[in-house]
Amino acid sequence: MSSRLTVADVERIAALAHLELTADEKALFTRQLADILTYAEQVRAIDTSGVPATAHVHADEGAERDDDPHRSLPVDEALRNAPDGAPEAGLFRVPRVIG
Amino acid sequence: MLASSARAIRDDVAAGRVSAVEVCRAYLDRMEAVNGSLNAFNLIDPDRALAQAAGVDRRRAAGEPPGALAGVPVALKDNLCVRGMRTTASSRILERFVPPYDATVVQRIERAGGVIVGKTNCDEFAMGSSNENSAFGPVRTPWAPDRAPGGSSGGSAAAVAAGGVPLSLGSDTGGSIRQPAAFCGVVGLKPTYGRVSRYGLLAFASSLDQIGPITRTAADAALALGVLAGADPADATSSRQPVPDFSAALTGEMSGLRVGVPRAFVAEGVDDGVKRAFDEALDTLRRGGATLVDIELPHAKYAIPVYYLVATAEASSNLARYDGVRYGYRSSRHAEQGLRAMYSRTRDEGFGAEVKRRIMLGTYVLSAGYYDAYYLKAQQVRTLLRRDYEQAFERVDVVATPTSPVPPFRLGEKVADPLQMYLTDVFTVSQPLAGLPAVSIPCGFVGRPERLPVGLQLTGRMFDESTLLRVADAYERMTDWHAATPPLWS
Repeated sequence: MSSRLTVADVERIAALAHLELTADEKALFTRQLADILTYAEQVRAIDTSGVPATAHVHADEGAERDDDPHRSLPVDEALRNAPDGAPEAGLFRVPRVIG
Repeated sequence: MLASSARAIRDDVAAGRVSAVEVCRAYLDRMEAVNGSLNAFNLIDPDRALAQAAGVDRRRAAGEPPGALAGVPVALKDNLCVRGMRTTASSRILERFVPPYDATVVQRIERAGGVIVGKTNCDEFAMGSSNENSAFGPVRTPWAPDRAPGGSSGGSAAAVAAGGVPLSLGSDTGGSIRQPAAFCGVVGLKPTYGRVSRYGLLAFASSLDQIGPITRTAADAALALGVLAGADPADATSSRQPVPDFSAALTGEMSGLRVGVPRAFVAEGVDDGVKRAFDEALDTLRRGGATLVDIELPHAKYAIPVYYLVATAEASSNLARYDGVRYGYRSSRHAEQGLRAMYSRTRDEGFGAEVKRRIMLGTYVLSAGYYDAYYLKAQQVRTLLRRDYEQAFERVDVVATPTSPVPPFRLGEKVADPLQMYLTDVFTVSQPLAGLPAVSIPCGFVGRPERLPVGLQLTGRMFDESTLLRVADAYERMTDWHAATPPLWS
């Protein structure tokens, strides 16, 4: 099934993942992801009817705490690693979103 | 002094036989000397380390308790945050990231008197089995300059193996502590999921990731785990299970111990030399008083596909945060084309090939139409795998396998074929999926004239690191593999 993975599939996934791939990368990933998915096909043959999914091994251990305020990261520190921070405004700057 | 264990250093510093500053200087010299050929460190910070060491000496002089790691130099995998110390995950996208906070394990090490000396090289975002996926170049195993140290915590393992530090921390998602420990001839412990807080660990796959120590002896792993373990309000998945005295568990006693051997699982695809070393190790355990019991783990053979479906799905979600806005690299190409173009170019230029491959795979298996067939199915098989172990642990106390089916392979040997690289993780991916603790300890060598180390892996019950460490330590008392030093050492 996965051997049917096409360059168009890879382009669709790359768009979902916000990755702008080069033509070479698209060709390479189409082949490599098809190999990996073909290998992974074997899990689909296992009978899992009635078997619950494990998302997390300690899923039943609660982690509640009192809703007390804690110190959080000050704005100036949070902005210090920003590639285009505007500390005077306390904001991250991004390219124009709305024309 | 360089050959000393963390425990011996701590004892000497606590007793005033040597100062923390003297220890730190000697290890810094050693690190500088070996790093040129190993590329084990992304960053060494002598000024900060010496200042920390001086603080340890000052507190001792003032009569304060010296701490369980007093004066012990510690290297951290470069995906663990230290406030003010560049932390990159060996990725271009974080090349200039300076964390504004400390990981919980960093706080715990420093509170115990440990001295953080720098950050070790690793596969980018901990994704890899050879350390070749680092943006800062591959690490080499100190045993052979043309061979991989394993991954992803390759720098942490190589640094310990070459005597650069007595203790380093790695992170393990599918074997990333244990496999490099095996390839470098040292001890690597992946604790039970939740045993150690993940706060401040750059996330790869959050249901699998766990931080653990890499050391030269099981006793040092016990010492380190005692410092690292315990509940943390900053990590909701850290466990409130009581933390036992791991060092007290090291009795040297193996009689009555039942060691499970999944014969069918280890029968295929294992290098002859590795198989010989493994069989010899089983014989040693038996001579030490343990009983070998044949067991079956019927779903273990599916652990690799399950792992690569679950881990990449989680990674694709976790790595969505690297978008060029809040931290890290931002592409400057065609900024006028808007926000989405900026995201996509930033991520294409900032991530390396393996990280992109895994984000792509994870995005695919979570996408509409494939979720049930791949991701949900993998999570169900994950349950079957957990049940296999639960059944096995009704009959045995630990499970033994080789850590890796192959000895350290040549750099470049597997980079062109990612699937072949993934297949080498066959013995290390099932434990994180089941949440279980496991340790790799040196158990022999293969090859001539080069001596390439082989690791024995022991897997334990949930939160039973004590038994694992007891067996590992008892095995060390019967053998001298852990004491062997690579050619680079001298």
